[in-house]
Order: sequence, then structure tokens, then C-alpha cells
Amino acid sequence: MSAVDRIPPSEAILACDGLSKHFGGIRAFTDVAFQARRGEVTAVIGDNGAGKSTLIRCLVGVHVPDAGRIFFDGRPHPFANPDEARKAGIETVHQNLALIDELTVAQNLFLNREIVRRIGPFALLDRAAMKQRARAMLSRLSINMPSVNQRVRRLSGGQRQAISICRAAGSGAKLVVMDEPTAALGVQETANVEALIRRLREQEVSVILVSHNFDQVRRLSDQIWVMRAGRMVATVRSSQTTGNELVALVTGAA
Amino acid sequence: MSTPEQNAPVHTAGAAEESRPSLSALLLDPSFWADWASVVGLVGLVIVFGISQPIFLSIANLQALLLAATILVVLSIGQTFVVATAGIDLSLAAAVMLGAIILGLVNAAGYGIFLACVLAVAATSAVGFLNGVLITAGKIPDFVVTLGTLSGITGLGLILSGGEPTMVGSTFLLRLASGSFGPFGYPVWVAIAAVIVAHIALYHTRFGVHLLATGGQVESAGALGIRTNRVKIAAYTISGFCAGIASLLLVARIGSAEPQINTSLLLNSVAAVVLGGVSLFGGRASILGPAIGALMLTALVNGLTLLSVSAFYQPLAVGAIVVLAALIMRYQK
Ligand SMILES: Nc1ncnc2c1ncn2[C@@H]1O[C@H](COP(=O)(O)OP(=O)(O)OP(=O)(O)O)[C@@H](O)[C@H]1O
Ligand SMILES: [Mg+2]
Repeated sequence: MSAVDRIPPSEAILACDGLSKHFGGIRAFTDVAFQARRGEVTAVIGDNGAGKSTLIRCLVGVHVPDAGRIFFDGRPHPFANPDEARKAGIETVHQNLALIDELTVAQNLFLNREIVRRIGPFALLDRAAMKQRARAMLSRLSINMPSVNQRVRRLSGGQRQAISICRAAGSGAKLVVMDEPTAALGVQETANVEALIRRLREQEVSVILVSHNFDQVRRLSDQIWVMRAGRMVATVRSSQTTGNELVALVTGAA
Repeated sequence: MSTPEQNAPVHTAGAAEESRPSLSALLLDPSFWADWASVVGLVGLVIVFGISQPIFLSIANLQALLLAATILVVLSIGQTFVVATAGIDLSLAAAVMLGAIILGLVNAAGYGIFLACVLAVAATSAVGFLNGVLITAGKIPDFVVTLGTLSGITGLGLILSGGEPTMVGSTFLLRLASGSFGPFGYPVWVAIAAVIVAHIALYHTRFGVHLLATGGQVESAGALGIRTNRVKIAAYTISGFCAGIASLLLVARIGSAEPQINTSLLLNSVAAVVLGGVSLFGGRASILGPAIGALMLTALVNGLTLLSVSAFYQPLAVGAIVVLAALIMRYQK
């Protein structure tokens, strides 16, 4: 295992160590240490089934890890559920868990973040405001969407992906976690998402990016972490690595 | 309308235009008929019965019809909240019986009618809450749990009542049953209020969106931080609450609390929900649809009675209509 440089806890937006997760007899990952530096784009790469998505889900409260500690913003912070993670300022684009088919684009963009108007003791949805802000969020990312009133069910895979990225990026989070955000996207849409990630970085939003595209990872990220068969096996600075080295690290051929 | 056929999505960034299908396209779309099955059915029944038996359209009969529909409307609303989460509440009619018996016994014990009503509604809501907790925390399928509570509270009702009906001679309930305001009797106003409150809860609150999200894709909803278990428990509690309101209307109507379950109420509540275009797979619901579905089923029974069709045929007719509605529902997208 290559040396994993420890950074001072105050510089890490999200960190974990000794993290393990099993599903019954299936070992998703074991004894993982990982750190994402504040204000940087941190990439996680690895082959299919290496445990990347499960790690992400443990970090943002979807799964509860079997063992290990998680730190957010320097403090021990295991999130008991995704609501706590979102309230703490972490937005996630999940690989499979994304949109609710029967709800509209606007409803999905504001799910669990609904804008309400207070009328006496009651809080009623401000649907007009949500639709208007939804249009603005989509146009800022140049996302083509016939209507924000459309049910998500009818949209293409790329459009759906774009909506969940839009939701994560548009809410002023401290940390945006993206699990293969460009996997279903066309050339132009991929370029848009890459531009978005750069913009988030300029705005000093920290980003964790899971991707199979090594060129993309080297273009966008500052630090790359490599998972193989449920273990975190290496971490390198993006500026000091090559595509060949990454391939070797991922496959274990090094 | 001269809306051109629009196949290509509008390719301007963040286009604000909202494309609407033309009227003719709407009428040819089977999912339109599925969504509006209850309205179409109600209109159809009103026309058929109105022609074959003009008394059907008399003010007096329409008022009686509305009055007769109130209990089913309230129960259908409760069932809608549960079905919207992709669940089902089979204990609904039994909860009505339990509410009625508690109302009767508390009133007979001399604690006053208001306390009796409150305790009845509290008890049925508690049954709903219990259903929700067993389903979510116990991870037991909904129909098993609610079938279990159906049996459990049937027994409880029999034990509490000793199998005997209790007379409830309350002027408050008598006035609720027979009084009216404007064109409608009080029970109709209760049902209208229930429809309005439920509609607002479903369409204009965060709870409503979270309910539909939970019913639609429970894991995705959970990943976005929605407490899906709480939402489900709330839906079953609402269902129980509606059963409580229905038990008040029932005792007011018949003047006594009977230890008997009206199973057709349960079947018809599910039927009304299906007719109302609510997806049994969850995630898609309305309140007006099931309410009109309940009205339609009541109109069916009312019209058949006016046509002197034997009561033995009525369940058959209801069954046929529900299966038909379920078939149309397959076209719902
Ligand atoms: N909910 C679950 N139940 C059981 N096993 C699971 C579950 N989630 C993941 N796994 C298992 O954990 C392992 C790691 O899966 P994970 O989805 O984290 O891989 P990944 O690195 O994201 O792969 P990919 O690149 O294909 O997305 C796999 O063997 C998978 O089958
Ligand atoms: Mg994955």
C-alpha cells in the first residue's frame, strides 16, 4: 500500500479512517482511510465493484458503516441519515438513487428543500417560486428541459442526470459529492458538467468526484484516491501522475 | 386550438415555454381516461340513471345520495394517503367499528359526547399509528399488518361491547346527522371539509410532496433525506383518523354503535381510490379523484335501487366497475 499522506484535520472537509461496510456476506470495502481537502476537487477511481459508491453512501449517511470514524469539517460527524448530511451542507449526486419519476422536474429539484410560505401556523408550498428558481437553476447550467412542470419519468437518461447534478450544485452546499456524474451524458453535456465542477471549485466549494474517465479526473481534480477490491490502495496528486500510472494503480499491475 | 404537433423538445436553454398537448390528442390518450375514470363514470351513471329513472335527478334524491356518500368519501381519503405510499389499509372498516364502539361505551358511561367523540378518533388514529410502526419498524408487509389489526380490533370491539349494540341518544349527533346548512346536510359539509383539507395537505405542503416521493421511489426519497418511515407512519395515522371521523358519521346516522364490520366499506374505499386514478404502486395520487370515485359508487347503488334492481346484484355491479377501472388503469403512464 502506498503511503497515504495525512493532512492536518483542519484542512480536510471530509475524512474517514478505519471505515468498513459489509452487506451480509458481501464485503463492500474494508478499513478505508480517505480525506478530501477543503476547496479542492478530490477524485475517487477504481474498477466496477471496487466499493466507490458504497463508500460515498456511507460518507453521506445513506448507509451506516460497520466500523470506522467519519469527520466533517474537522469534527467527528457520523451522519445517521442523509437528512443530517444535507443539513450539514453536503449535497450528493448518487449513481442510482436520483429522481422520483412521478414528480415534476421542479418538485425533484426542490425535494426536501421546498420553498414554503407561512400562513399563520401553516406552511404552504410556494410552487410559483420553486418553478421560477428551477428554470433559473437549469438555465445557469444550460440544461435543455421542455418544461419544469414535466414529470421526470418521460425524460432521457442524460436529462435526468443533469437534473440531479443541478439539484446538488444549485443549493449552496459546502461539499458536493458526485458519483459518476457524466456517465450518461453526451459530449456537450459532459463539457457543461466539467465546467460546472470548475466553477464550484472557483467558488471554493469542495467536490468529491467518482469517475471512470481518467482523463477527466486528471483534468478536473487536485487529488486522486484509488480503490481496488474494497480497499483504498493509493492516493496521488493529479498534477504528478499520468494516465498509465492510474491504470496501473486501478488494476494492481504496478 | 391550433397547437402544432411538437415532437422535438424546445432547445433553447432553460426554455420557459410549457408545451401543452392539444385537446384532440388528450382525448385520444388512454391515460387521460384512466386519470379521469371516476369523473367519466359518474357523468355516465348520472346520464343513464337520469334517463331511465328521472327521480334519480330530483333534488331530494341527489341530497340523499350525497348524504349516503359521506362516510365512503372520508374513508377513501384515508385510504388514498396510504395507497399513495404504495401501501394498503385493510383495517379501515374494522377501525370504523372500533371507533363507533368506543364512542358508544364512553357516552354510555356518562362522560359526555365530546369526550366520547375525541376518544373514538384518538383510538382509531392510534390503530393507524400502530399499523405504520409495525410496517416500518417491524418491516412486515402492509397487507399482513393491516389484516392482523383487522382481526385484532374486530376481537377488541367484540370484547369491549360484549357483542351488543349500544344506543347513542345524543342531541349533538342527532343534529349532526339531520341538520343542514345551505343546500347540504352537516355530514356532507364534513366530507367537503375533509376533501379540502386533504387536498391542501397533498398538493400544497411539504408533507404531500414527501408522501408522493416515498410512494414513488422510497430509496431515492431516503437518499435525499426524507424520513420515509415517518411519512408512512403519518399516512397510516391519517387513515386511522379518517376512520374515526367516519365512525362519528356512522353513529350519528344510525343512532347506535354496532359491533359489526361493514366490509363493503373497505372494498369500496379501495375501489374509489382505484377509480380515482390513484396508482396502487404509489407515488401518484389525488383527493378529488377518489372522492368522486366514492360518489360514483354510491350513485351506482342508489340508481340500481331506484331501478328496483335487487340488492343482491349491487356488489356484482361494483365489482365489475372496479375491475373495469383497473383495466383502464393499465394505460395510465
Ligand atoms: N445494497 C447492497 N447490498 C448488497 N451488496 C451491495 C450493496 N451495495 C453494494 N453492494 C456490493 O458492494 C460491492 C461494491 O459496490 P459499489 O457499488 O460500491 O461499487 P462501485 O465501485 O461503485 O462500482 P461501479 O464502478 O460499477 O459503480 C459490490 O460487490 C456490490 O455488489
Ligand atoms: Mg458505483
